[in-house]
Amino acid sequence: MTFKNTCIIDGLSLSVDDDEFVSIVGTSGCGKTTFLRALGGLLPNSARIVRTELHGSALQAPEPRVAMVFQHFGLFPWKTVEENILYGVRVQGRTEPRERMERLLEVMHLGHARKKYPRQLSGGMKQRTGIARALVLEPELLLLDEPLSAVDAITREVMQQEVIELIKAEPRTALLVTHDLDEAIIMSDRIVVLGGPPAHVVLDIRSPIERPRTLETVRSHPEYLGLRRRLWGALESGRAAA
Amino acid sequence: MTTSPTSENNVQPRRVDPLATTASQEEVRQRRAMKISQPTRNRRIVVRYASLAILLLIWEIYGRNVNPVLFTYPVAIVESAVDMVADGTWLTATWQTGSVLAVGATAGVLLGIGTGLLAGRSWIAKEILDIPISALYALPAVALIPVIVLWFGFGDPAKIFIVAFFVFFPVVINTTRGVEEVESELLEVTRSFCSSERAVWRDLLIPASLPYVFTGIKLAIGRGLVGVIVAEFFTAISGLGNLIVTNSNSFQTARTFVPIVTLSLIGVVLTAILGVVERALAPWRRDA
Repeated sequence: MTFKNTCIIDGLSLSVDDDEFVSIVGTSGCGKTTFLRALGGLLPNSARIVRTELHGSALQAPEPRVAMVFQHFGLFPWKTVEENILYGVRVQGRTEPRERMERLLEVMHLGHARKKYPRQLSGGMKQRTGIARALVLEPELLLLDEPLSAVDAITREVMQQEVIELIKAEPRTALLVTHDLDEAIIMSDRIVVLGGPPAHVVLDIRSPIERPRTLETVRSHPEYLGLRRRLWGALESGRAAA
Repeated sequence: MTTSPTSENNVQPRRVDPLATTASQEEVRQRRAMKISQPTRNRRIVVRYASLAILLLIWEIYGRNVNPVLFTYPVAIVESAVDMVADGTWLTATWQTGSVLAVGATAGVLLGIGTGLLAGRSWIAKEILDIPISALYALPAVALIPVIVLWFGFGDPAKIFIVAFFVFFPVVINTTRGVEEVESELLEVTRSFCSSERAVWRDLLIPASLPYVFTGIKLAIGRGLVGVIVAEFFTAISGLGNLIVTNSNSFQTARTFVPIVTLSLIGVVLTAILGVVERALAPWRRDA
């Protein structure tokens, strides 16, 4: 596919198992975010070129069974935390899952902030709201577009742990785009390294570190450094190829 | 995982509490604001009204030393106002002007918001309206009055049309801008969550353009007052415009100033009301 006459993605094919957490890493500008947006049906003219298939049926436009978390949070400034979380539910005319929302508010430490507006929140709290907004929909596919890159380093690690816990509690098929190798290693069952542009798969490996993963177990895992070195090497070679 | 704190004020860092960052950011923001100077609410009110009182006092002292045909002073204006209220001329004139202003401005504002929302969202509407709006906005509206009189006569319909014409442009221009400047990221969010076009208006376009609409209306208040007086001067003379013309023709300067001050007060009151309405409609912009 091309964007502004620049070829961004060229012959990229990826298939993901149910309940698999896959990370896509790549240097900035390699087309990983474009790829994710195309998967989510957000690039209207790309449907002919990018074919997303979800449980056997094609996805051409955004669908309720896919939910996205945005790098820029994408919260409505005039909606409270609670209203932002229920946004998707209301727009799609679903019945409000009160219990589910209460649980998400609690797990995400948002209970005390439920009546606050986004401008009263820190970056971490904003993205907790963004994640809750996607998860409350119980999507078949969760797309995470560099969700934690705008959050400070400490909050980022705390939130990585929170997302791991959430996924452990209710397994979900998820695609995470990130440029943070450690984040990819901690979160995912499988890691895909993209090089480019045009984006192409440089490396596609299953993580040797099994679930359950936590920050501590991953970093002290004997395979950790080796995996990180391999990913780094792949990133470098992907960039050199471009 | 620990449970979340229940109290709003609980900012004690447990483990790594995200609330701690919230508090510190708030503090930083306050400190930045304090760099210039942070007046309390009371001090602001004192400065605002004390300066006004001093201004009126200077006017009073200066005005008393000038030929009363050429200029006047606040106490004389108040005395004339008392007379004019007592004999009913003030109320009749204010009612005439006020009703024309209310009907014309409401029509102009509603049309302006509607057209602006349309032009902001649809590129076709924008292309169709862009040149006509710039052309009519730039036109000195007074130049149109002879034609308007031909169409609508000398009565209230002509005046209402003139006021609406004056009010329409700042509202339509600002509203269009407001809709156009809606963040594309948020538009993408509405698409991603499969929102219907109606819901996009409700959740995004209308709240996002609200501040622009209010800016437009604020500018429109001034133009509406110009419009109503122009209308009263150049069509069948009436209302506060009539009071201005007749009293100045008989060199009763203090009485001339009564309708002038009335017009300013209408402007001040309308602007204040608008501020209250805006704050009520946009609670998310209020300070935490």
